[in-house]
Amino acid sequence: MTEVEKRQDRSPVPTGWTYAPAPESTDVVKLRERYGLYIGGEWLTAKEHFTTISPRDESPLAEVGQASVADVESAVAAAREAFESWSTLAGSERAKYMFRIARILAERSREFAVLESLNGGKPIKESRDVDLPLAAAHFFYYAGWADKLEYAFPNRRPRPLGVAGQIIPWNFPLLMLSWKIAPALAAGNTVVLKPAETTPLTALLFCDVLRQAELPAGVVNIVTGDGRTGAALVDSGVDKIAFTGSTEVGKAIQRHIAGTGKRLTLELGGKAANIVFDDCAIDQTIEGIVNGIYFNQGHVCCAGSRLLVQESIYEPVVDKLKRRMATLRVGDPLDKNTDVGAINSKVQLERIEELVEAGKNEGAELFQTPCQLPEKGYWFAPTVFTNVAQSYRIAQEEIFGPVLSVLTFRTPEEAVEKANNTPYGLSAGVWTEKGSRILWMAERLRAGVIWANTFNRFDPASPFGGYKESGFGREGGLHGLEPYLAFDTETFGG
Amino acid sequence: MAQAPALPRGFELPLEQRLPRIGSIDQVAVEARAGELAKRSIKKDAKVWALELALRCCDLTTLEGQDTPGKVAALCSKAIRPDPSDPNVPSVAAICVYPNLVPTAKERLAGSGVKVASVSTYFPSGQAPLDVKVRDVENAVAMGADEIDMVIDRGAFLSGRYAKVFDEIVRVKEACGDAHLKVILEVAELGTYDNVRRASLVAMAAGGDFIKTSTGKLPGAATLPVQLVMLEAIRDVYEETGRKVGMKPAGGIRTAKNAIQYLVSVHETLGPDWLTPDLYRIGASSLVNDILMQLRKEKTGAYQSKDYFTND
Repeated sequence: MTEVEKRQDRSPVPTGWTYAPAPESTDVVKLRERYGLYIGGEWLTAKEHFTTISPRDESPLAEVGQASVADVESAVAAAREAFESWSTLAGSERAKYMFRIARILAERSREFAVLESLNGGKPIKESRDVDLPLAAAHFFYYAGWADKLEYAFPNRRPRPLGVAGQIIPWNFPLLMLSWKIAPALAAGNTVVLKPAETTPLTALLFCDVLRQAELPAGVVNIVTGDGRTGAALVDSGVDKIAFTGSTEVGKAIQRHIAGTGKRLTLELGGKAANIVFDDCAIDQTIEGIVNGIYFNQGHVCCAGSRLLVQESIYEPVVDKLKRRMATLRVGDPLDKNTDVGAINSKVQLERIEELVEAGKNEGAELFQTPCQLPEKGYWFAPTVFTNVAQSYRIAQEEIFGPVLSVLTFRTPEEAVEKANNTPYGLSAGVWTEKGSRILWMAERLRAGVIWANTFNRFDPASPFGGYKESGFGREGGLHGLEPYLAFDTETFGG
Repeated sequence: MAQAPALPRGFELPLEQRLPRIGSIDQVAVEARAGELAKRSIKKDAKVWALELALRCCDLTTLEGQDTPGKVAALCSKAIRPDPSDPNVPSVAAICVYPNLVPTAKERLAGSGVKVASVSTYFPSGQAPLDVKVRDVENAVAMGADEIDMVIDRGAFLSGRYAKVFDEIVRVKEACGDAHLKVILEVAELGTYDNVRRASLVAMAAGGDFIKTSTGKLPGAATLPVQLVMLEAIRDVYEETGRKVGMKPAGGIRTAKNAIQYLVSVHETLGPDWLTPDLYRIGASSLVNDILMQLRKEKTGAYQSKDYFTND
């Protein structure tokens, strides 16, 4: 070694790697101080307004209009007026507008993703990699059907229903908007949509996209507000209600419109069983469990909130799950390295806290991701309960938060029995390397979506919807067009 | 506890624990997870930290028929002092050469702390009788190699003769004496992630101090999902026995960005304990200069031309 080489650094290897903050810039989002209602292609001023905040720090983002009964009625009237020309427009022309919307969404995806995370609290990596690509994909997919309805439903002479009233939740604001609007437009309907009270901003920004795409006025109308606005929309002269949200509100809607002739599809709550067999690929299964319940802070109606583990593999699964949970990065939704973001609202946080308290009192054992939660905003650490009995509230009620309940089973029959023993039936997961068992389970599980060796995977071509108290009707795929069409072969309804 | 009679020596873990733990790998899901880890955004201080660590973990490698003492001596200087303009840039972990060049490397690196690794066991094919392979190792050790990078017998592995693979590793480990043993699985020839996992467990059970992905002689060498599968096997062995086995991806890691992705995967799979050259190495030749270039960019704010970094 030479003299020069001897002067080389010989310091010990440093320890402790902490990722520097990697915040996504919010400059791309230009918010107005106050938003009106988007009716008939114009921004109308509402009489009352409310403030929408960011759940990451409770800071106000903008003032949003509270649509009154009269506002909703004028939105429905605008949609009714637009229906005449929109429904008779050639399918290929409707498709052009929809392709345009899809392209603009894709082009402006960063802006939308940042706003979605700001207003809703979900991690930017999810808005960026899941919500936005899927939202654009839904418009692309349904645009393709717009001029092929006759082929989609041969010999049934499909025709649009009229005006669709759509009420969407706060967990995937823009994605649920596209799940609702895309099939409605492809089928030739016009739309009045009410975004969730806590997350209206991406829907309002979407109005810019509609203008940019030069969609004819009145084809899509967006009215913001709280439950009163939703009730007004249900009560109005729409031909169909499509609702995604809680089972409680879904039931109220169904009761309310019974006998009116209005069509209804409901996509409600869930308490999905994620079933792990002892021959699963265990490390990938752990990822699937984590993705199943901590994706979007567990604010997912199809979340895998009940983990059913075969007893013979219970210990390694729980050990590995806890170890993996300890690596979850909880914090600022706008940090690109955040895995779990903020809880959407104070109300939701209180609901989660109440059920977690109930779980503790019932005797379940709790483990949480060790993490420092920010002081401002709404936060809940990823949580798993072990020693859970089927009769506990945390195993029965939908928590809609990052809380997993672990139960065990011994045989496939018992797994099916436990999985189906719930008022819900939206989704289920099966983890096994054995293909025949996947099919055996899928035949017996009463759930609308069954994932095998994956979870929370969505595609516009694949139908989604529930059994029992999880609702009825399907969204996505060909099935998703049907609720927006009337057929000559039918003797009832629209 | 019940013992399985037909299992090779050293692999007699209790049956109940072993059955589920050899396990299987879901290709789609493991690739998805590796892809997620690769998306971590590593900036500023965290980036400099990672770049310096990656450098400290490098096994600077030359494995060519045309290698000469002159070439290896030059590489040794580079290994000790990767950036001649900045003595604060740390040395690499080791240089990796063919056995014949071990004495040259040993001499040039004396006192530097940089280790000498020698490939061995009829590298890269491993298609030779066991006694030849063992002699190969003994020679390399006698010439001063601190570390031995052996190849497994893929022919035996793929025909299901796991015991032969296992026994060979045991014999090579004995021949290593104090030298550290890295076991090259040559994943490109194993074909499936299930095989990568099995081979990892066989190599660790037989006494390998490190498991290594590739010889670097084939396309499709180290990948992020392959490393993830191997890391998970290492984690399982650690959790069951408390023994820490090292990891070395080799082949195909050419950019600093890619190297940071490998480190993130280690960090979030095995934890910070493995972020040290004692337990993590990257086999590479062209990577070092890209790291140097990125380090200088972090310090000066500007990229410099490749001509400002020595090739060896």
